[in-house]
Amino acid sequence: MGTATAPAAPAKAARKPATMAQALNRALHDSLAADPTVHVLGEDVGTLGGVFRITDGLAAAFGPERVTDTPLAEAGILGTAVGMAMYGLRPVVEMQFDAFGYPALEQLISHVAKMRNRTRGTMPMPITVRIPYGGGIGGVEHHSDSSEAYYLHTPGLQVVTPATVADAYGLLRASIASDDPVIFLEPKRLYWGKADWSPDEPETVPPLGRAVVRRPGRSATLITYGPSVPVCLEAAEAATAEGWDLEVVDLRSLMPFDDETVCASVRRTGRAVVVHESSGFAGTGAEIAARVMERCFHHLEAPVLRVTGFDIPYPPPMLERYHLPGVDRVLDAVARLQWED
Amino acid sequence: MSVKSTAARSSRGGAKRRGGAGAQPPLVQLLTPEGERVEHREYSIDLTPEELRGLYRDMVLTRRFDAEAVTLQRQGELGLWASLLGQEAAQIGSGRATRADDYVFPTYREHGVAWTRGVDPLNLLGMFRGVNNGGWDPNENNFQLYTIVIGSQTLHAAGYAMGIAKDGADSAVIAYFGDGASSQGDVAEAFTFAAVYNAPVVFFCQNNQWAISEPTEKQSRVPIYQRAAGFGFPGVRVDGNDVLAVLAVTRAALERARTGGGPMLVEAFTYRMGAHTTSDDASRYRLDDERVAWEAKDPILRLKAYLTKQGVADEAYYAEVDAESDTMAKRVREGVRSMPDPDPMSIFENVYADGHSLVDEERAAFAEYQASFEDHQEGAAR
Repeated sequence: MGTATAPAAPAKAARKPATMAQALNRALHDSLAADPTVHVLGEDVGTLGGVFRITDGLAAAFGPERVTDTPLAEAGILGTAVGMAMYGLRPVVEMQFDAFGYPALEQLISHVAKMRNRTRGTMPMPITVRIPYGGGIGGVEHHSDSSEAYYLHTPGLQVVTPATVADAYGLLRASIASDDPVIFLEPKRLYWGKADWSPDEPETVPPLGRAVVRRPGRSATLITYGPSVPVCLEAAEAATAEGWDLEVVDLRSLMPFDDETVCASVRRTGRAVVVHESSGFAGTGAEIAARVMERCFHHLEAPVLRVTGFDIPYPPPMLERYHLPGVDRVLDAVARLQWED
Repeated sequence: MSVKSTAARSSRGGAKRRGGAGAQPPLVQLLTPEGERVEHREYSIDLTPEELRGLYRDMVLTRRFDAEAVTLQRQGELGLWASLLGQEAAQIGSGRATRADDYVFPTYREHGVAWTRGVDPLNLLGMFRGVNNGGWDPNENNFQLYTIVIGSQTLHAAGYAMGIAKDGADSAVIAYFGDGASSQGDVAEAFTFAAVYNAPVVFFCQNNQWAISEPTEKQSRVPIYQRAAGFGFPGVRVDGNDVLAVLAVTRAALERARTGGGPMLVEAFTYRMGAHTTSDDASRYRLDDERVAWEAKDPILRLKAYLTKQGVADEAYYAEVDAESDTMAKRVREGVRSMPDPDPMSIFENVYADGHSLVDEERAAFAEYQASFEDHQEGAAR
């Protein structure tokens, strides 16, 4: 922040409209440029630039040794990334889609997450696993999963998901720089949303583990992350017509979890709704509701409610709008927060 | 020496396999079960008397250590032990083929390989006693901790070798796995990645004939070494109870990897003389006749016969090695018994690099809980 007055500081890039996809691309580019041990690997990440074009141009800029097309084998991609990390590299792995990450779960759970612990700190796993996740794009079967709960239940992992263009850049830079493994969940339906953004703005690099209040409010807190953040912000705007002034907390990092920001908000408002796309049962919202209840019980005016995807296999594209938490379902939950008492 | 032609020749031999045990494909052998030195047209070895005696000593010490560990388990000092009995030549021969700068990825049975890498045998016992998940620093001897998940480490080895290839370094990697692991998808993917990136890794399969209760026939309809051909690199079967042949073949494979030749699969044809682990009962699934037949191919006896015939070693030397092995076993026994119990608070260490809110909170709460418990005990004692 102080560099604004320093005469030697380089000129900042002007803010201009950018997509989340562009911000992610820039974060990968800058990480590759900043650290020669950073290597990007995955299916179609090289010549094609990834099926979502997140790695567009990186192979041309840094060469196939640093940005590598791999065989079509997810366990192999992550398992060899483990070996590369042991060798001293900092792999950034792309799983092409959420459900395509499942073949790599064994490597992730038994090796990536545990290696630092079982080697007593001598073999850290500075691996970032980028996964486009969530629905809302009309994807065919197995292309719309929200798989965060599987990862959250695995000690040793960090789980991060951006909701804004600026956070996409900052959180990815921070994830790649982390000496511990990060599951970096990219909300694929936010890839093409634009915002005015400059990578040189200092506030674009938030630390991992810190939530942010996206919209201050006094009536109730919407606790959410990733693709559901814009939904909650829209719901909060609509709620003003009902006389509710909703606060929206964007978690950004699900693990580590920012109890401080969440509980400070709930203590102010006394009511909370957790909103996410993935299934509710034994999901992220269950954990959040429990933590809020344990820490803020005497501040609560109503039970913590959850608005989540149903406990069903992800439905066909024509039906996904009924499954995904939308503005109306969020407002319906807010209405059930025992206002009459 | 030409490795490619070995694969080609061996695969012709493999076609005869279904004819029964007598029609096994040829394997590389430099020392017969009777201790006769034979020549192989592609693999040769010329060792000094000191080196030959060294291989004998390695195998005897390894077997003695292994036997001590079995005893320690029976006496309740270890929770479990996976014996390597019968596989000494496969492990010592291949381990002695590695260079200090090579990196080794073992399974949980590679006690002999650990010995060749300079890992203190005592440190192997920590995980089997239950005090840690691996009691050595992998980077000290370039010997990774034991991997218990079957076959996973072959991918780590391939990735490590890909790192070496990116650097243009001339080290190599060796990945150990078994006949059971050869069915794992991870192993197939490790073969694929290693081949595609021409990674300097030797896949060393100890085919000890049994994956707990399942014979190799339940894993593969072709000899395991022949699988390499489908991935585009050579495979060779070596007599896994012939330490000279294993050393020669593994040396050649590692040197090939170091000089840009890419991966290679070595199948060491051997036998697990003991049960899978101390929790297993091999009599439920195999006949003792089979084990007795393999006793005639014992790796230590055949080298000893050769050494004696050649006049390289005598009874005095054997007695000296036996005495050394007893001393080592005694040190291991005493070391295990005096191994300190781990500190309960250590379970919160090295979960993450830095402070982590969840783990820190649980650590603090647990410390408080423990402290209150100790107060209570002290109070009760008074």
